[in-house]
Amino acid sequence: MAAASTENAVRSSNAARVFVYLFLLLFALFYLLPFLIMLLNSLKPLEEITGGGMIALPRQWTIEPWLSAWSTAQIGVQPTGLRPYFMNSIMMAVPAVVMSTVVGALNGYVLTKWRFRGDTLIFGLLLFSCFIPFQIVLIPMARILGILQIAGTTPGLILVHFVYGIGFTTLYFRNYYAAFPTELVRAAQIDGAGFFQIFWRIMLPSSGPIIAVSFIWQFTNIWNDFLFGASFASGDAAPMTVALNNLVNSSTGVREYNVHFAGAIMAAAPTLLVYIVAGRYFVRGLMAGSVKG
Amino acid sequence: MAATDGFAGSGADFRTRLQNWLPKIVLAPSFAIMVIFVYGFIAFTIYLSFTDSRMLPSFGWVGWDNYDRLFRIREWNVAIKNLAIFASLYIVISTIIGLLLAIFLDQKIRGEGVLRPIFLYPMALSFIVTGTAWKWFLDPGIGIENTMHLWGFENFSFDWIKDREMAIYTVVIAAVWQSSGFVMAMFLAGLRGIDNEILKAAQMDGASNFQLYRRIILPQLRPAFLSAFVILSHLAIKSYDLVIALTGGGPGNATALPATFMYSYTFTRNQMGIGASSAVIMLMTIAAIMIPYLYAELKEKK
Amino acid sequence: MTLMRKLQMGAAALALSTSVASAQGVEVLHWWTSGGEAAALNVLKQDLEGQGVSWTDMPVAGGGGSDAMTVLRARVTAGDPPTAVQMLGFAIQDWAAEGALANLDTLADEQGWEAVVPEALQRFARYDGHWVAAPVNVHSTNWVWANTALMEELGISQPTTWDEFVAAMQAAQDAGYTALAHGGQAWQDATVFESMVMGVGGPEFYQASMVDLDPEALGSDQMVEAFQRMETLRGFVDDNFSGRDWNLASAMVINGEALFQIMGDWAKGEFVNAGQTAGQEFQCFRVPGTEGTVTFNSDEFAMFNVSDPAAQEAQLAMASAVMSPEFQIAFNLVKGSVPARTDIPSDQFDACGQMGMAQLAAASAGGTLFGSMAHGHANPPSVQNAMYDVITAHFNGEYDAETAAAELVTAVEIAQ
Repeated sequence: MAAASTENAVRSSNAARVFVYLFLLLFALFYLLPFLIMLLNSLKPLEEITGGGMIALPRQWTIEPWLSAWSTAQIGVQPTGLRPYFMNSIMMAVPAVVMSTVVGALNGYVLTKWRFRGDTLIFGLLLFSCFIPFQIVLIPMARILGILQIAGTTPGLILVHFVYGIGFTTLYFRNYYAAFPTELVRAAQIDGAGFFQIFWRIMLPSSGPIIAVSFIWQFTNIWNDFLFGASFASGDAAPMTVALNNLVNSSTGVREYNVHFAGAIMAAAPTLLVYIVAGRYFVRGLMAGSVKG
Repeated sequence: MAATDGFAGSGADFRTRLQNWLPKIVLAPSFAIMVIFVYGFIAFTIYLSFTDSRMLPSFGWVGWDNYDRLFRIREWNVAIKNLAIFASLYIVISTIIGLLLAIFLDQKIRGEGVLRPIFLYPMALSFIVTGTAWKWFLDPGIGIENTMHLWGFENFSFDWIKDREMAIYTVVIAAVWQSSGFVMAMFLAGLRGIDNEILKAAQMDGASNFQLYRRIILPQLRPAFLSAFVILSHLAIKSYDLVIALTGGGPGNATALPATFMYSYTFTRNQMGIGASSAVIMLMTIAAIMIPYLYAELKEKK
Repeated sequence: MTLMRKLQMGAAALALSTSVASAQGVEVLHWWTSGGEAAALNVLKQDLEGQGVSWTDMPVAGGGGSDAMTVLRARVTAGDPPTAVQMLGFAIQDWAAEGALANLDTLADEQGWEAVVPEALQRFARYDGHWVAAPVNVHSTNWVWANTALMEELGISQPTTWDEFVAAMQAAQDAGYTALAHGGQAWQDATVFESMVMGVGGPEFYQASMVDLDPEALGSDQMVEAFQRMETLRGFVDDNFSGRDWNLASAMVINGEALFQIMGDWAKGEFVNAGQTAGQEFQCFRVPGTEGTVTFNSDEFAMFNVSDPAAQEAQLAMASAVMSPEFQIAFNLVKGSVPARTDIPSDQFDACGQMGMAQLAAASAGGTLFGSMAHGHANPPSVQNAMYDVITAHFNGEYDAETAAAELVTAVEIAQ
C-alpha cells in the first residue's frame, strides 16, 4: 500500500488530451446541474418558482429561504426550523460511526490475522447482511427495541445503525488487512505481544486510509437514513432527515420550494463537507485495501 | 494460514489460553448480532409470508396463498421487469462511466483535486430532495426541454419522464448520476495501485495505448469490477427513495420496483403477508446473485 | 393463549412502564408537518398547554400519512404507542379492531358528540358503538376550482351538467388554454375518478361499487362510462400532467393558464395564499353531475390506550379540545376544510367554506354524504390502492374503458 503514484506510464497526444478534458468537464457539469438547480432556487422568492421560472437565474436574490429553513419554518407544530434537529443527527451519527468502525476493525483483524476454522463462513454471513432490505427489519426491530426499553430514543437508533453497519465495515477492514504483511504480526507475537497490543501498536497506526473509508461510508449512510430515523426516533429525538422530510412534505398545504431546497442543502452540508475534505483519503483508502478484494 | 493453533500449543497457562480464545471472543458479539438481527429477522419474514398478517403480524397459517396472490398482481410483474431493466442498465452504465472517468482522470489531469469531489458528491446527498430537483430538470414543461426551446432548439424533445415506456430510463439516469462517481473512485484507486514498471515494459515492446488498457490494465482491475458490482447491485435492489422522489412509481405504475411494491403492500395497503412474500422473493434473488459471487471470492483466498 | 395474544400483553405491559414518562401530557403523531396546517395545529397545542397539558410533538410526513402509519406500527410493536394519532377512515377501524384504542364514550356523552357529528363520520370515529376518535375536519373532494377571469373571457357560465362541463373545457382548449389542470399521481387520478363514478351512477351506484364493492357494479356499463369520462378528461389535460404535484396544478388555474381543476377543498388554501378571494378571482362549484352529494374525507385523532390515570386525563382534555367549536373554527379556517360538527356558525368562513358547510349539513341529513374512495373513506387501504392501480393505469392509456372495468373487478377481488 504505497503512496499514490502520480506517475502514469500511459502517454497520450494533444488532441486526445483536449478530448479528455472536454469529457471530464462535460461530466462535471452533469454532476453539478441538479445541485445548481437546488442552490439557485433556494435563493429565489417563491413566486418566481411557482411562476414557472424553475431553471432560470433568480431575478431577485434573497437569503430569506435559508433563514426560514434554519430557524423559523414549521417542523411539526413548532416553528423551529431545522436547527434543533442538527444536533440530534450528530448525537446519533458520531457514536454509531465510531462503534461500527471499531468493531469492523477488530473483526477485520481477527478474520485476516487470527484465522480459525469456519472464519470464512462467518465472514460470508456478515457480508450477506449488507444486502438485507431494511423494510423487512422494521417490525421485529421495533419489538426488540421495545424489550430493551430504548424505543423512540437516540440510543435505540444508534444500536440499529451500528448493527446494520457492521457488515460493511468488516468488509472494508478485512480486505485492507488482508494486504497487511502477516509476518509483522507473527514477529510481534514471538516478541510476546498480545492480541490487543498487536492491534493497537501495529495494525491501527497503519489503518488511516481505511478508517477514512469506513468513516465516510458509514457517516453518509447513517446521516442520510430516513426509514430507521422516522421509525425509531421520531419526535424530539428525530434526526435531520426526518425533520427535512417533515419540512418538504405537506399533505395539503402550500409548498415553499425555495425553503425546501435551502433545507436540503443544509441537511446535506455535513456529508458534503466530509466528501470534500476527506475525499482524497477515500480514494487512497479504497486503493490501499478494498478494491484489492 | 492456521498459525494461531500452533502458537497456543505448549504453554497452556491462562494467558496463552486467553490469547487463543480472544479472537473468537472478539468476533462473537458480531456473530450473535448477525444471527439475531439479520438471519432471525429473515426467518421471521419467511414465516410471515405464509400467514394471514395484514396490519400487524398475525400467525394464522395460509400456506402458499400469499405467493399465489403475489404473482397474480400485475404490478408485481411490472416491478420485476422494471428491476431487470433498471438493474442491468444501471450497473452497466455506471461501470462504464465510472471506468472512463477514472481512466481519464488518471492522465495527470490538472484540477483533479477539484473534479474528483464534483464527481463524488452526489453519493453524499439523500434523494429526499435531490429527487425534486431531478423531477423539475426532467419535466418537459419546465426543465431541460423547455430551456432548450428557449435557447432556440425548437425541435429538442425530452419527455421520457412522462412516457410510460421510457420513464424507467429516467430513473436509470438519476441513479447513474448518484453513484457513477463512487464507481469512479473505486476504479481510480485500482488504477493508482497498478505497478508502472509493467506498463513501461509493455510500452517498450511497442504496445499501443488501447492494447495497454485492454491487455494489461483492465485485467488488473478485476477486484475493482467485482467490488463495484457488489455495491451497485446492492444499491439497485434497495432503490426506494429514488423512485418515490422522482416518479412516485408513475406514470401509472410504470416505474414501480420490488422495493416500492414491498413497502406499499406491507405498510400502506395493510397486506403484510403479501409484502412479506415479495420480500422473500427479493431476498432469494439477492442470494442467487450474491452467494455464487461470495463463494468464488472467498474460496479463492484459502 | 396464542403467541399474538402474548405479544399484545407484553406490549401492554411495556406501555404501562413507559407511559409514566408522558404523564400529564400527550404525545401526538401526525403528518401536518409544515406551513399553515402545522401552524393551525399549534392552536391546539397552546390550548392544551393553557390547561397544563404538555404536548410532545411527533410529526412524520410523507406519502399522505402512510409514513406516519409505518412509524405508528413500529411504536405499537415496541409497546410504546403515542397518546393520539392523526388518522383517516379505515385505519381507525383497523386499530380499534386490534384493541389498541381508548374508549371516549363518557366524554362524548357529556358533550353530546352524537348529535353534532355527521353520521357518516361517526361510522369511522366509533367502533362497535364506542367512540374511539375525535374528528377534526371534513374535507370534501368533489369540487371544481375555476379561474373567474378566464370564464368571463371565454363567456362560460358555471356548468351544471356533464355536457356543459365538457363544452366549457372545449372552449378553453380551442382558445389555447389548458382546459383541465391535473397532476398525474395515482391519488389525484382517483380523486377525479370518484366524482365520475358519482356523476354517472349517482349515490346508489357509488355505494354499490365503491363501498359495498359489488362485483356486478364494478364491472357494469356505468363503470365503463365512468372510465370513458376519464378518457374525455384526459383529452383536456396538458401533455405534462404526469407526476405533477396538485398544488402546481392549482397554480395553473391561479395564473390563468388553465380553466378548471377537480380537487378537494384543500386546494382553496393555494388560491387564498396567492391573494385571491373565493367568489371573486376564483370560483368553486361541485363537479357537474355530483350536485347534492358530497364525497368526504375526515382527519380524526384516534386515541390510543393509555393506562396511567394522569395520561388518561390529558388524553381526554385533548379530545375535548379537538371537539371544541373554537378549535374547529380556527383550524378549519386555515386548512380550507369545514368543521366536523354541524352546529358551528359559518359566518367566519369564506364563500366556498359557507357553501361547503351548508352542503355538508344537507348531504348528511339527506343521506347523500359518502366516504371518499380516493382518500380511504370508502373501502380499506388494500382495496383502495388496488383501485388506484387500475384507475391510474387506465388514465395513462394502458387499458381502454372496458378492460379497465374488468381489471377493476379482478384487482378488487385479489385485494380482499
